[in-house]
Amino acid sequence: MMIRRTLINTILWMTLVLQGLAVPAFSETQPKRVVSMNVCTDQLAILLATRGQLHSVSWLAADPGISVLAGEAKGLTLNHGLAEEIFLMQPDLVIAGTYTTRATVNLLKKTGIRVEEFAPASSFADIEKNIGRMANILDNPEKGDALIASFRSDLRRLKEKQASRKRLALYYANSYTSGAGTLADEIVDASGLRNLAKELGYSGTIKLPLELLVAHQPEMIAGRERDFGKPSKAEENFSHPAFKAITGGGRGISIESKYWICGAPFVLDVSQELWERADEN
Amino acid sequence: MKTSQNAVALNYWFLMAGLSVSVVLLFALSLLIGPLAVGVWEAWNGLFSTHEIPLALIMQEIRLPRAILGAVIGATLGLAGAVMQGLLRNPLAEPGLLGISASASLGAVLAIYTGLAAVFPLGLPIAALTGSMIAVLLILAIAGMSGSVLTIILAGIAVSSFAGAMTSLALNLSPNPFAALEIVFWMLGSLNDRSMVHVQLAVPFILFGWLMLFSVSRALDVLTLGEEVAASTGVNLTRVRLLAIFGTAASVGAATAVAGAIGFVGLIVPHILRPLVGAQPSRLLPASALGGAVLLLAADIAVRLIAPERDLKIGVLTAIIGAPFFLWIVLSYRRSLL
Repeated sequence: MMIRRTLINTILWMTLVLQGLAVPAFSETQPKRVVSMNVCTDQLAILLATRGQLHSVSWLAADPGISVLAGEAKGLTLNHGLAEEIFLMQPDLVIAGTYTTRATVNLLKKTGIRVEEFAPASSFADIEKNIGRMANILDNPEKGDALIASFRSDLRRLKEKQASRKRLALYYANSYTSGAGTLADEIVDASGLRNLAKELGYSGTIKLPLELLVAHQPEMIAGRERDFGKPSKAEENFSHPAFKAITGGGRGISIESKYWICGAPFVLDVSQELWERADEN
Repeated sequence: MKTSQNAVALNYWFLMAGLSVSVVLLFALSLLIGPLAVGVWEAWNGLFSTHEIPLALIMQEIRLPRAILGAVIGATLGLAGAVMQGLLRNPLAEPGLLGISASASLGAVLAIYTGLAAVFPLGLPIAALTGSMIAVLLILAIAGMSGSVLTIILAGIAVSSFAGAMTSLALNLSPNPFAALEIVFWMLGSLNDRSMVHVQLAVPFILFGWLMLFSVSRALDVLTLGEEVAASTGVNLTRVRLLAIFGTAASVGAATAVAGAIGFVGLIVPHILRPLVGAQPSRLLPASALGGAVLLLAADIAVRLIAPERDLKIGVLTAIIGAPFFLWIVLSYRRSLL
């Protein structure tokens, strides 16, 4: 295993030298050819990698409907999370989510490639932890410190504002909502609103029956929307007459799902947006 | 002889009255069950309130359509099962087993996921109806050729798996990631969060289908004596077949378009009721319609009681009851063949 890895490294170095690329002063341990295969680790890596360090991200990262940093991902090689494809890229570090294609991750580990897995963030503390860990793995700790510092100051600025304490229901496709212990709940909390699902005793991502939504009449209802071009039954709940009746008069708002789904600093953009919408409401 | 016939007739009216009362009770119960605890009096007020209060919305826009669809779709499946069994003189004929529901699902899936149904709402029931019609015609063509029970059932399996596979393919190819997860709805059916829009779309087609299905009941009585006898008594077999085909396609197609393919109701209900009505199709049809409504309303109440948070598919429940029943029929039928 070790021999193969050294071999790969040697080949890598040689190609870099042969190509005459300007190689910045890498430290010994700094990974130089990083492949990420999960849309959330993709975005953290884009934020924290130095120029040229990140070789490939998942194809989802370049989809502007899913990824906030799609523009930055465009210039990189896109992968589809297939073991063969990743192996041929000869990375010295693979970053995956703990829910990413398990079979691929296990195969890659067997070939001796270093794989780092990230659990999805379910709180702001997780976001800071993941930023710190990603920065260390990429060996750019100063970038991590800076990002965490700006995240904290943004959060502090939000918390200093006067909270409106209006009730907000999160309501997604298939009648799902986010209760206590979820990132979405903390996002709502940071916007000075109260999460209806949490107040009803829900925790995790769980179904919120339309009936209960109608019965409790929250002041705001937020969906995480994304236009896939083609319809599905899952999104039918948004056109249910009862749903339409309670979202009239500006109570229903929608914020693109890409800002919610990944634990990254831009989740505070959602809090900021919710805050402004609550003021108008 | 006369008295025993009178006794059968009397029993029949008792049965019909019992089934009707059960439908009404289960319909009321269906209105009372939901995630929000609602008392009988509140429910009644909500149902007839003209104000835009939350309870009125819940009763009129969420629970009422669900109960209506449960009753109407259950009746459709029971009735269509009884007609198919009478027409094909085959105890295993049923919209689900013959692939009629699966083909209707395919039609509905194509209409919804291509966006046709969004632009032209009537496209949904019409597409589902077309799907089910193709399946019925196919089955009848095959049945016409040999007519053996085995051929029809095998043809049904072929149609059913083909339509199922095409449904999965269409959903997997959809650019919408939710679509692939909805295969399960189209295979097993659900009445969760249906609205009055669905009722308005499906019910006219269903009622029209019922009219055609009920109109063949006398002919089916004569048909029990054999096709030659029926023809000699002046029954127009072609007309009966066409009415049964279009009636089944219209009602099952429209039902499937809004609730997915719900299996086994059309199989179980006529079988349970047949001995109770004296094996006479003209009596079996209305009894099966009521029985289907009872079964589906009960199954829909059960899915809400067993796993209220999970949107358990109603087809899961009908299959749990239906599959062993189906096996039992197959076994007893084999015995009678030997």
